[in-house]
Amino acid sequence: MIALEKRPTPSRALSLSTPLIAVIITMIMGGLLFSVLGKNPIEAIRTIFWDPVFGEFAFYYRPQLLVKAAPLVLIAIGLSLGFKAGIWNIGAEGQYIMGAICGAAVGLAFYPTESRLIFPLMIIAGALGGWAWGMIPALLKVRFGTNEILVSLMLVYVADQLLASMSLGLLRNPEGMGFPGSRNFSDFPAGSSWINEAAGLHWGMAFAFIAVIFSYILLNRHILGFNIRLTGEAPRAARFAGVNPTRLILFCLGTSGALAGLAGFFEVTGPSGQINIDFASGYGFTAIIVAFLGRLHPVGILLAALLMALTYVGGDLAQGNLGLPSAAIQVFQGMLLFFLLALDLLTNYRVVLKSKGAA
Amino acid sequence: MSTPLLSIKGLTKTYPGVVANDDVSFDIGTNEVHALLGENGAGKSTLVKMIYGLVKPDSGTMTWNGQLFAPPEPKAARASGVAMVFQHFSLFDALSVAENVALGMENPPAMRDLARRIRRVSETYGLPLDPNRTVGDLSAGERQRVEIIRCLLQDPKLLIMDEPTSVLTPQEVEILFQTLNKLKAEGTSILYISHKLEEIRALCDHATILRLGKNVGECVPADTSARDMAELMVGDTLQTPTRTTEKAGAVVLDVSGLTLEPTNDYGTTLKNIHFTVRAGEILGIGGVAGNGQDELLSALSGESLTWPDSIKVNGQDVANLGPNARRGMGILAAPEERLGHAAAPDLSLTENALLTGAIREGLTNNGFVNWSKTTEFADTIIKEFDVRTPGNHVAARALSGGNLQKFVIGREVLQRPEVLVVNQPTWGVDAAAAASIRQALLDLAAGGAAIVVISQDLDELMEISDRFGALNEGRLSDLRPAAGLSIDEIGLMMGGAHGMEVAHVGDEEKEGASA
Repeated sequence: MIALEKRPTPSRALSLSTPLIAVIITMIMGGLLFSVLGKNPIEAIRTIFWDPVFGEFAFYYRPQLLVKAAPLVLIAIGLSLGFKAGIWNIGAEGQYIMGAICGAAVGLAFYPTESRLIFPLMIIAGALGGWAWGMIPALLKVRFGTNEILVSLMLVYVADQLLASMSLGLLRNPEGMGFPGSRNFSDFPAGSSWINEAAGLHWGMAFAFIAVIFSYILLNRHILGFNIRLTGEAPRAARFAGVNPTRLILFCLGTSGALAGLAGFFEVTGPSGQINIDFASGYGFTAIIVAFLGRLHPVGILLAALLMALTYVGGDLAQGNLGLPSAAIQVFQGMLLFFLLALDLLTNYRVVLKSKGAA
Repeated sequence: MSTPLLSIKGLTKTYPGVVANDDVSFDIGTNEVHALLGENGAGKSTLVKMIYGLVKPDSGTMTWNGQLFAPPEPKAARASGVAMVFQHFSLFDALSVAENVALGMENPPAMRDLARRIRRVSETYGLPLDPNRTVGDLSAGERQRVEIIRCLLQDPKLLIMDEPTSVLTPQEVEILFQTLNKLKAEGTSILYISHKLEEIRALCDHATILRLGKNVGECVPADTSARDMAELMVGDTLQTPTRTTEKAGAVVLDVSGLTLEPTNDYGTTLKNIHFTVRAGEILGIGGVAGNGQDELLSALSGESLTWPDSIKVNGQDVANLGPNARRGMGILAAPEERLGHAAAPDLSLTENALLTGAIREGLTNNGFVNWSKTTEFADTIIKEFDVRTPGNHVAARALSGGNLQKFVIGREVLQRPEVLVVNQPTWGVDAAAAASIRQALLDLAAGGAAIVVISQDLDELMEISDRFGALNEGRLSDLRPAAGLSIDEIGLMMGGAHGMEVAHVGDEEKEGASA
């Protein structure tokens, strides 16, 4: 008989290795899925995981990985703070959209002025936009006790509508001949987040690295990070330790909103280029997977975001080269989270084989 | 004597690195109340787990009414007539009393019938309990009643009770003893685990004493002094706490007109509480669980804020200050619930040292944690309070209750409090550790701190407090000098027998026969 036995202390080795095991199991199950779809599983896996990094055209795909990973890192770092404290911001996608709209709007207001001051101003506006969108569920929660999961999620759809309205109305390119979408930031150097477009480097990557470092310091060296962890582990002990739950909710939702807003801002002024109806691409939701895949640990999140970026880039490649349906790639990403959560059990429990009867 | 109900011969159980039970033998007779004595880690729990079928012995045999008895699982043990009231409750907070009871039954009856049976058993055995209440809102004492009633519904032949009286008033203990004596007269044997030696002397027919997994002696408790039993248990002469307090300095803690609504629906409202504690004084506050102890602690620790001027320390109003501001002024507290309130279960001891030590020990600098200093502080607690742990990196939940309690108390005591409030400082702690915790509190008082000890252990309160009061439904009785208080007087201060009735098992049978 197989039984689960609670470990006295969570296993550190397993906590670190389960993401890796989850990736391997996902590869195996994904391979099965692809073979059912009539594709050669080994080739499909190779196309997704190997070719973008080491294949013939890796020089093109490697920067793509960073472009995809940067917003995921930024958002997931913010989310991980709240998740550690048991504050569930599911609406990062909405904060991502609002950050993009606010940052882009400030930049477009100055078009075509060229000044070094414009871009910092836009960054602040982008962060504030996301922050404000995150504060809505935060304030409702502390004032009226609403559920932040529902409110933040619902606000994604509100943001989506705002995005559509902006692309068709207020922010539409006056010279765009009636097509939806704002001016393209590639035509506006003062407002572009590219550092070097050819090399695929933009400011979002720099901010993502800074976020990882700050979050690491916050969680491991600062009392605020300790209070965040304490609140997640034992809310009553946190109150006893003098943690103010209201302030913590405002901080966590505000920070994750601001970081998601930044991610959206760097995306709209760089890789995406313009505010448009189809700007929202699901980074805000994928970042939830990234946060958990990375164990809510800053460095883990960095690695997980790169892996997730790999499935995006490799998935595109597999779509193009092998004709895999895009839904299959999403199933693949979903499997990853599923196996990770399932394997999580092993960090707190061990599997023991027991002979029948000796309960 | 005829065949014993349960005869244990040479039971041995080894865990990696520890011999939990080493060749233990004893008999429990029919109609006998048998005491099992021993310090934490002496192997009592392993032994009763083997009887209850939770653990399988490595060697040795048990016979039940002359038949070989080797229950493979608790279900089998229950079927034979063994029931157990655990020290750590196995109840679901979100379910009602009746639902919790139903979960422990093989074939639970319809909820309404079950509720009726629970009411009847609770009245019969003097354990008042509303079957429809949610367990999460019950006090520790009431939760224990759920466990006891759950067992009594099975009509057990052998009832195992692990420290059952910690949460009862003296009158209630007496009534419980009458219940147990009635049960014994009805033919139920009881295996009674307790640290309270006087209780064992009053109740038990035989006692088996375990030390380090071995049976080190048996005695008839009525003929043996509590001190002799304690020394057998510890294997050494017992240090009784000594006090060297020079009496009464200036008033440090001044509580007046403290009123506080509870944070949950079933909590107790504190009503107009007045008391003062002087430097060097220990105020003992007794009372049955759930009469406002948690609320009083949270009002004093700063977790709940109260009306201005209701709590003053050294003349300064602190009623509107949070826990950390109060820590800054030297007001420290140790709550009753070790895991989840006083300490975070999954965090390491070092991190738990930071939990309350950050302010007074100066463990942070501009908000940045000085981990080396924190580790030092944790190590100091571990060393000074003899916390048995492989190291400071161990998660709090991995420690035994007693060791974690030493850590939690030590953490506050070592921060040199001016006012210390502790709730149940020695709950579930073995005799030697309890004595050292009490000694630490006495030493602290001798050093000039004002101490409030909230406890349900009256012996403890009588031993260490200068003055005594009792909480009853959120009100505090008048305070009286502890010296010279009789058990009856204390019981009355605690509100008497709290609506409990003397068990009327005989009546119940008549009623059952006529029905």
